Amino acid sequence: MKKKWALYVSSVLTGLLFLAAIFSPWIMPNDPHAPNMVMKLQGFSVQYPLGTDHLGRCVLSRLIEGTRVSLSIAFVVLIATLTISMIVGLIAGFVGGWIDIILMRVCDILLAIPNFIFALVIVGALGAGMKNLLIALVLVTWVGFARIIRNMVKSLKETDYVIYAHVCGVAKWRIITRHIVPFVFPQMLLLKLISLGTTILMISELSFLGLGVTAPIAEWGMMISESKTYLTTQPELMLIPGIMISLTVLIFNAFGDSLRDVLYPKTT
Amino acid sequence: MGQFLTKRLLSMVLALWGVTIIAFFLVRIMPGDPIEAYFQANHIPVTEEVIQQLREEQGLNESLLTQYVNWLGNAVQLDFGESFMTNNPVIEELVMRFGVTIQLALVSFVVILIICIPIGILSAVKRDSWFDRLTRLTVFSVASMPSFWLAFVLVYTMALKLDLLPLMGWGTVDMMILPALTLALGVVPYYVRMIRTSMIEQMEQPFVTFARARGIPEHIIVRRHIFKGTLTPLITSLAMTLGVLLGGAAIIEMVFTIPGLGRFIVEAITARDYYVLQAFIFVISFFYIVINFMADLVCAWIDPRIRLKEDAS
Repeated sequence: MKKKWALYVSSVLTGLLFLAAIFSPWIMPNDPHAPNMVMKLQGFSVQYPLGTDHLGRCVLSRLIEGTRVSLSIAFVVLIATLTISMIVGLIAGFVGGWIDIILMRVCDILLAIPNFIFALVIVGALGAGMKNLLIALVLVTWVGFARIIRNMVKSLKETDYVIYAHVCGVAKWRIITRHIVPFVFPQMLLLKLISLGTTILMISELSFLGLGVTAPIAEWGMMISESKTYLTTQPELMLIPGIMISLTVLIFNAFGDSLRDVLYPKTT
Repeated sequence: MGQFLTKRLLSMVLALWGVTIIAFFLVRIMPGDPIEAYFQANHIPVTEEVIQQLREEQGLNESLLTQYVNWLGNAVQLDFGESFMTNNPVIEELVMRFGVTIQLALVSFVVILIICIPIGILSAVKRDSWFDRLTRLTVFSVASMPSFWLAFVLVYTMALKLDLLPLMGWGTVDMMILPALTLALGVVPYYVRMIRTSMIEQMEQPFVTFARARGIPEHIIVRRHIFKGTLTPLITSLAMTLGVLLGGAAIIEMVFTIPGLGRFIVEAITARDYYVLQAFIFVISFFYIVINFMADLVCAWIDPRIRLKEDAS
């Protein structure tokens, strides 16, 4: 019962975050990019509910735009990695043989490079920007999932009902779509949802280093990086985006974890 | 043990070779060519002849495959070319800074163990007590916070407001505390959870029940029987964490202006210093792979079940 409540609360909050991201242009009180040097570094006010930054831009509006940016990047990464790792995992696990060995060795090599460093160097090679950040995150995160899917498919291939389907002469692609994907996909989606928080953290970390989302687009990590000069006088410029990142990641983690607890109660 | 060793050695060599391919070609996907990119990124006006001449000198007009073979041949001898930024051999620049980063990582390891082992054990032993609940809640919240933000929050409270620790810099012990702590906090949640679940799993093993039946005092059971079982996952995790720490160091070193490898690499990326980038990914991965290999060996040595399982398959 208690677990159900955690799921209800966290899914409502997740929904709110996504709503804020989708409807961000309408709920922003001000233009997030419009500088107003007369009003720079102001405290909380009616016109600027969370104050203004060093260029007089509205902090709340930038925060809302940041929600949109982070969530859409994380969402695209989720879809892309899920697709790539499903394809690679299914091929390696189902076809087996040489293809499996080669694909898994490639995974070994990619996993041998520490994740964040790999992403750092990919963005470093391609240059900063939202598109390159996306490419880096996808390249770094698909590998582990492909390996998990491959192992699941391999053990599913040994189950009685798949062997039975084989014996009955069911076509291979039909076995995959009817018996294997419906079992693997929900679990993978769940794992990807659980890792959504990590993706959000990585986006903000790379943007903090100036290697992710670039100006003028507002991003939380970048906002923190811009605020460091004003740490002594306006600590709230650093605190607010950080609280936003932490809350978002917290909500996503709680959502993923409670969903898993409800769907697969045994594993915890 | 023999078969276990050969298997691991082979896969290690393969991974190392794969990393050389990635290190070489990844940096070549850079838009434009490295020399042009460097001058452009640093706004240095230069004529086409100079670029052509440099290309010729560096062998960039050869085919990619020839370039790779040449690069690999030099890399084996630890010759990664010269840094565009400093004009010194890349390997010297890296080695000079590697020490600082490793020092930071090692201090972080100590911090991690000091925080996580007692909390993890206590949390598992007093399962579902208020302490356990509080730990789980704290750990869950800390896991959501970005490390660079935690760093700023700690700098603001500890250095600026309370004036307990130095703001930034590197060299003395008190300067290490904040960076090492923030770097450690990024992985503390993982370790507390890992130790806790692993301990709980061990507690349900028959040998623990048997030890209790023999009347052995609880604290000895915890130390000798239960905690020993968490040792292997702990060692494997420590080796894996090294990768996370080396990556996290890039961020922490930027925040605290520590003259380490991470900060150097972010500067190299901004300046498009291409040889540094290639060498960096190679050296870091090499280090990471070898450490993980050693961790595997230590685990197999501690826990015979691991090596026997692999030998049998």
